Amino acid sequence: MTRRTRRPALAVAAAVALVATACAGQGDDDATDDTDANATETADGGDAAGSDEPVTIEWWHNSNNPPGRDVYEQAAEDFMTANPNVTIEISAQAHEDMVTRLEAAMQAGDMPDIFMERGGGELLAKVDAGLIRDITDDAAETIEKLGGSVAGWQVDDRTYALPFSLGVVGFWYNTDLFQQAGISEPPETLDDWVASVGALKDAGIEPVSVGAGDAWPAAHYWYYAALRQCAQDVLTEALASLDFSDECFVRAGETVQTIVEAEPFNAGFLTTVAQEGPTSASGLLATGKVAMEMQGHWEPGVMQGLTEDGTGLGEQTGWFPFPSVPDAEGDPAAVLGGGDAWAASADAPDAAVDFIEYLLSDEVQQTFAENSMGLPVNPAATQFVADPAMAELLEVRDSAPYAQLYLDTYLGQSIGGALNEAVVDMFAGQASPQDIVDALQEAVAAEQ
Amino acid sequence: MTDAITGSAGGASQAPPADPGSKDVTRPQVPRSRRRDNWRKRAEIVFFVTPALALFVLFVIVPVLTAVQMSVYRWKGFGPLEDFVGLGNYTSVLTDDDFHEALAHTMTIVVGSIILQLPLGLAVALLLNRRMRGQGLLRMIVFVPFVLSEVIAGVIWFQLLQPRYGVLDTLMGSVGLPVPEQGWLGDSDFALWTVLIVLTWKYLGLPILLFLAGMQSIPDELYESAQLDGASWWQAQRNITFPLLGPTMRTWAFLSMIGSLQQFDMVWVLTHGGPAGATSTIVTFLINEGTERYNFGIAGAASVILFVIALTMAIAYQRLFLRRDTMEAGR
Repeated sequence: MTRRTRRPALAVAAAVALVATACAGQGDDDATDDTDANATETADGGDAAGSDEPVTIEWWHNSNNPPGRDVYEQAAEDFMTANPNVTIEISAQAHEDMVTRLEAAMQAGDMPDIFMERGGGELLAKVDAGLIRDITDDAAETIEKLGGSVAGWQVDDRTYALPFSLGVVGFWYNTDLFQQAGISEPPETLDDWVASVGALKDAGIEPVSVGAGDAWPAAHYWYYAALRQCAQDVLTEALASLDFSDECFVRAGETVQTIVEAEPFNAGFLTTVAQEGPTSASGLLATGKVAMEMQGHWEPGVMQGLTEDGTGLGEQTGWFPFPSVPDAEGDPAAVLGGGDAWAASADAPDAAVDFIEYLLSDEVQQTFAENSMGLPVNPAATQFVADPAMAELLEVRDSAPYAQLYLDTYLGQSIGGALNEAVVDMFAGQASPQDIVDALQEAVAAEQ
Repeated sequence: MTDAITGSAGGASQAPPADPGSKDVTRPQVPRSRRRDNWRKRAEIVFFVTPALALFVLFVIVPVLTAVQMSVYRWKGFGPLEDFVGLGNYTSVLTDDDFHEALAHTMTIVVGSIILQLPLGLAVALLLNRRMRGQGLLRMIVFVPFVLSEVIAGVIWFQLLQPRYGVLDTLMGSVGLPVPEQGWLGDSDFALWTVLIVLTWKYLGLPILLFLAGMQSIPDELYESAQLDGASWWQAQRNITFPLLGPTMRTWAFLSMIGSLQQFDMVWVLTHGGPAGATSTIVTFLINEGTERYNFGIAGAASVILFVIALTMAIAYQRLFLRRDTMEAGR
């Protein structure tokens, strides 16, 4: 997909950008006009958007509850004080609403100046359509500071968004239930993990919940198995060329099969949803019905929303990384993860890029960490993460040799969706390791 | 009810129903004013129909045409339609195993709904047609599920059918009955049948209501004379009620068929088309391709195919079963 559409898309991109700018210029005469030559970046406000031309920036985010909402309001306030010509209009929305509205905005080509972006193939499609501003040169300093974390938001070495929160997927577990089953140490290898599943079952505890009804939570198992089974360069090359013929991808399926055959999952896991309600996978963990669940860094927050007292698992919350797989070629410390980044629309003013850089500054990222709004990306802020389970997760993230973006996000909805469905078929006992690779390759072929 | 149905069916072939009053007034008048009258009538029609027609065009015709247009492009949801693929999307839908499965499930629901609801609906309607205490209340209760929103009914059933913690499993477990390990909706062998049963629960009210109305329009004299001839209750039903209910049954089956072809809400709430595609329908297939996987062209092609299937079945049904009814009514 990527190779085929890039060049014609560039022309379209330029055209769309032109049209979009023209429309914006007509729509609100006060702002968006173009680019002042001297309006280059500096993170902490100061001379951002150097000219005195009044500029209005529209910013959409999903921190619609305190403390996140207040933190962001304050950040915007501070930036506007330092840059009196800039007005920031914040629209804080519930996550699902924001996603839906963003989709509609993208289809209509009338987008906010700053919005959240998850990277990977989803980003690529938008870049191909010319909807997103290339910030490589304007935000060079910050990009350098964030280092490899930015990779998920780069296309052909150009950067299109700056990540502000990066998490990794791992097992969240109930320390009490593990103790009851006589498990003192969280499992490190796959064999340990299977053994602990057995121990939990013997103790009459349902071991693992998974929201296979939503597909992606089940698919994460295959992603991780691929990370363990494939050497980094093999995986990177396969994802770039979309050729998954290497044997390691079949072995990834075999690893998942080993896991499924241990029958660790909650009753009815094929229709269990990920996060909604007490019978969801997260709900089962939050209410002590299962001992563990493999999920992203957001899990404690989700569990808090699913318990009456709002504490989730509270002090019983534990975390361990995906176990290592014996005789596999992949790095056992590699992590699967993803995050959220700030992107600017193609017609956003320079001040928008300055504000994004400000959001990634030491100052704002520290406040971000202190308020447990996510896992900060700026190295200067990581020490301010207060929650112990989160701190542990952060340590694993920062010591990992590399972090792989969720494969469905990386591959885009079409190929990623086909992969996820094939993995669910395996969970249902209806697909072999080879079937998953075949489904993946077929979806790739359909995109060419 | 039979009257209502034949009336509405016949109405189309007859003159517009505006004449009863005007007949006597216009007839003796000169042709010229009649022409003006006609013109006025036409203006009236145009005036009242235009808003509805405009909405219909804007929200039905245009989207349908857009879907057709989309179905010949590869489109990811943004940017212009430019990657023309001809009938490629149709080929990939028609050769997709997932689509075949979805089609088979949809047809199972179409046929299964009629097979289950027709005898059940008749039986309950016969029961409720007898004079008894609380007849009105019973009739209302039977009809309640039909009035419930499909999503609300789906959410309730989803909770009832939860494995282990759901009401059904708890009840069955307490009397020692075995339940599927993965729950009724989580087991590929049971999921579609479970959905079908929930759909039957939800929609049974309609045939009952229609059949009851139909039964009430059958003249009592027929039953009385049958009784005089010594016919048993069952004979009377078989030779009087069932034949005279024919048009009602055929019309209901038609409505049921169209509804089943479009089945989406209940399946989406209960299973999302899962487990592993075991309950997918054509509509869940196209929603999945469109809003989840952003293959809007494929989704467009699937929707056009669904349209063709529905149209073909509707016309075939009309030709085979409904024609006689409408012809009789038109007479």
